Amino acid sequence: MNRDMERYKEFSRRALLVGVGQAALFAVLGARLAYLQVHENAKFQTLSDKNRISTRLVPAGRGEIMDRFGVPLAINIQNFRAFLVPEQTDDVEGTLDRLSKIIPVTDDDKQTVLAQLDQNRPFTPLLVKENLTWNDMAAVELNLPDLPGVSTDEGEARSYPLSKATAHIIGYVGRVSEAEMTDDPVMSIPGFRIGKSGVEKKFDSELRGVAGQIQEEVNVVGRAIRELSRTEPKKGHRLTLTLDADIQMQCQERLAQEKSASAIVMDAHTGEVYALCSYPSFDPNLFSSGIPADTWEDLLADEANPLTNKIVAGQYPPGSTFKPITAMAALEAGVDPNTHVFCPGYYTFGDRRFHCWSWNRGGHGSVNFESALCQSCDTFFYEMGHRIGVDAIAKMAHRLGLGQKLGFEIPGEAPGLVPDQAWKLRVSKQPWQQGETLNIAIGQGQTVATPLQLATMCARIVNGGKAVKPVLVRSIEEEGNQVPVPETLGLRKQSLDIVVRGMDMVVNDPRGTAKRSAITEAPYSMGGKTGSAQVRRITEAMRAENLKPTDIPWKFRDHALFIGFGPVDAPQYVTAVVVEHGTHGATACGPIAHDILLAAQKRNPSKIHTVDDAVDEAVAKKPPAIAAKPPHHKKAG
Amino acid sequence: MSLLRDSMNAIEKVKAISWPFLVLVTLAACIGFVSLYSAASGSMQPWAASQMAKFAMGMAGLVVTAVIDIRIWMRLAYPIYVVSLLLVVVVLIHGHTSMGAQRWIDLGFLKLQPSEVMKIAIVMTMARFFQGATTDDVKNPLFLIAPLGLLAVPVALVALQPDLGTAIMLIAVAGAMFFVAGVAYWMFGLVAAGGIAMLPVGWHFLHDYQRQRVMTFLDPESDPLGAGYHITQSKIALGSGGVFGKGFLHGTQSHLNFLPEKQTDFIFTLFTEEWGLVGGVALMTLFALIIIYGYFMAFQCQNQFGRLLATGIIINFSLYIFINIGMVMGLLPVVGVPLPMISYGGTAMLSVLFGFGLLMSAHVHRDVKFTRRGFDMA
Repeated sequence: MNRDMERYKEFSRRALLVGVGQAALFAVLGARLAYLQVHENAKFQTLSDKNRISTRLVPAGRGEIMDRFGVPLAINIQNFRAFLVPEQTDDVEGTLDRLSKIIPVTDDDKQTVLAQLDQNRPFTPLLVKENLTWNDMAAVELNLPDLPGVSTDEGEARSYPLSKATAHIIGYVGRVSEAEMTDDPVMSIPGFRIGKSGVEKKFDSELRGVAGQIQEEVNVVGRAIRELSRTEPKKGHRLTLTLDADIQMQCQERLAQEKSASAIVMDAHTGEVYALCSYPSFDPNLFSSGIPADTWEDLLADEANPLTNKIVAGQYPPGSTFKPITAMAALEAGVDPNTHVFCPGYYTFGDRRFHCWSWNRGGHGSVNFESALCQSCDTFFYEMGHRIGVDAIAKMAHRLGLGQKLGFEIPGEAPGLVPDQAWKLRVSKQPWQQGETLNIAIGQGQTVATPLQLATMCARIVNGGKAVKPVLVRSIEEEGNQVPVPETLGLRKQSLDIVVRGMDMVVNDPRGTAKRSAITEAPYSMGGKTGSAQVRRITEAMRAENLKPTDIPWKFRDHALFIGFGPVDAPQYVTAVVVEHGTHGATACGPIAHDILLAAQKRNPSKIHTVDDAVDEAVAKKPPAIAAKPPHHKKAG
Repeated sequence: MSLLRDSMNAIEKVKAISWPFLVLVTLAACIGFVSLYSAASGSMQPWAASQMAKFAMGMAGLVVTAVIDIRIWMRLAYPIYVVSLLLVVVVLIHGHTSMGAQRWIDLGFLKLQPSEVMKIAIVMTMARFFQGATTDDVKNPLFLIAPLGLLAVPVALVALQPDLGTAIMLIAVAGAMFFVAGVAYWMFGLVAAGGIAMLPVGWHFLHDYQRQRVMTFLDPESDPLGAGYHITQSKIALGSGGVFGKGFLHGTQSHLNFLPEKQTDFIFTLFTEEWGLVGGVALMTLFALIIIYGYFMAFQCQNQFGRLLATGIIINFSLYIFINIGMVMGLLPVVGVPLPMISYGGTAMLSVLFGFGLLMSAHVHRDVKFTRRGFDMA
């Protein structure tokens, strides 16, 4: 008994100690629980929400692009798509096979779907085919009972009703590339398209709109359990361009007679671009749905560069279309407006002879500013260049819009080049040679300009010397594009009048280089300046052989250029036309300029101001080329 | 008095059972049912109903165990130990593979986990061994060689399974019984020092996934989607519960399946996500009351076997709680130890209730006196 009392006392002591230890452990557990649930509650609440709430983006409709009268140039059409939810079918391949008997599902499409199987959760719908026709869609719907897991939906696809005619202006949209990825989560929406070129690219942020958001509670594998909140997407802004689809179409059709050409029509006073065409073109609709590889290869390989917008990115030696600049520079430099120069067919400078193009027929004789422009006399402009120097010419070229980007709304604008003494010293470390000035004076040498710059130059001369710039956007949504009133360049009216008269005579004088292109239909008229630019230097040997242009391979022939305006007495529309390797501005470009300036004056888009006028006009002309909308269709499956 | 107890019939013994204790145990089980109902997103299937059936079985077993004479249990201590050892060996050799470790024997109605049985067996064995020892005996290091051997064999076998959690629990529960039996303090100091010195060697013998668990425990954020995922998600669930919880059936972490093993090892997390700090503290208080009540019964025992048996059962019970709750709150590495009475699982439920049956038997037979050998009915 004594023995057990001893043990009992020892046991009691020890058990009490163990009990104290256990109490301490309970206290630690309680403290830890309180720490997690009270002190760290906010942090874990956030983490818990992050776990359970998934945000899904709903793409916003892309803003439409219209011409100045509301003719649609870029719209959204229904994009019927077929999906497959893998977990809803026991046999993915079998279902795909049955589906391929109803709609055109290629083996490639099947492989794409099968490859995605492992990368996605079984309830994620996989895109099988998009851009289905209404009939295909109906057929799928009808057969849904035999197609477990197949569902359809109606997305949006970009469509360009005028197709090739506006491809270089509007551009196209395409899938987001890795380089284009930004923080904007909308980029990661499957099938999201971003502007890749043209206005679609330049105004992508305005057109894109704001994606809607759906917040869903999801479980650990990401399956949505219920919707928590939803904000509707906001559609992108509607963009109205200064373009007139009617003139654009006529212009593009006219250019199609050449192998490679470009033309622009713009307002001499506001700079609004009515038409901007580059030929050959491409079908932008192919790009928004995914262009076939061989089509793409063909486009890249074409020596006529269909993917290039030659109006903004094509740089050409301006040739004789540069002569109005030399004339303006000489007049503003103080050369007597009545100056006469005798042209024997060449110009002697030191011990060298510079040929005038009239060399073969013995020269132009005595010419002044107007008749020199009219006949494009090289000798006269050699003399002017010699008198005023290259820097005065270059300065005038800059003032009239050459040698710089004009801030136009189409990406890819080339700056062109107007050489002067400082430029040459910087680039070649050589001093300027006087002889080079003579080449610059007639638009040869290293000078290059884009058709956009040439049209701008023409506009600035015929509008009374206002520093107008080309403009493409009329309004974004309801917001008008605030184009600043062009500043005056400070050129004297007398000088401007002389140059304009000279350009008038180019077309309307019997001696004029473009007299065959004169507009004879009253009250319409035009003036302009021809030009041709050497692609390959003509050697004495070639001159001696007297090669006909048709004997030279196409890509070595001279470029043909033309700048023009109309009507002559109150210039409203200006144009620049370039026919690549077209040889002579007068023969290749003059007739085109004639046609489009006549068309522009007849239609006179600058005088139609109200939307109602525009709508009447558009309706009367042609119905918009939009496919009739099939009946509304609900998502099934 | 003692003679009276000896001659009690079954009815009298049932009346002698401490019913308030059983009420506390039933309350804990009910919290388990509620949690399992929630774990199944508001359904009795597949866990709550089955757990209730097991509980009913276990309670019947408890009462039967309680009325069986404590001396019979003492005589069965070593045989039960041997049978448990055999069962452990059986799962080692031939068993179902679960989570990379072989842990159970399918009995049809029950997946028997011998390691759970072993925990009770070791308590009985240690109580049996120390019941005849004098205070001087237990101070003698040589006397301790036999019980250390009795402990080492199952620990080694269980560790081979490998089931580190059970191995540690066996050592802890036996160690605590050595302690209350009166083993000298300095020996514990020696063992602790030796244990710490052996840590690097022990590390060498761990399986890769066990090392991973320890590493993950030390820095759970290092591997948030791998092994640290369980603990990270458990802490998120607990922490986001706050003071009052997200409400019954509204635990997002649990119901959206971010919480793994929510009906077994992580049921405390599920419960506290929905019931908050208030619920968590209430449950721990309930556990504490069961433990205190258990000690109260142990102190009433007039014999050393009953005292040690009762204490061992209580310590075993509290170890489950500490390890499980410590684990789900990120205080201990993840080891597969269920929360007693709450976690889904038949063996754990039945073995805990069987343990409580032994505790109750010690209580019912608290006045029984043993001879030194303990075998004769006094």
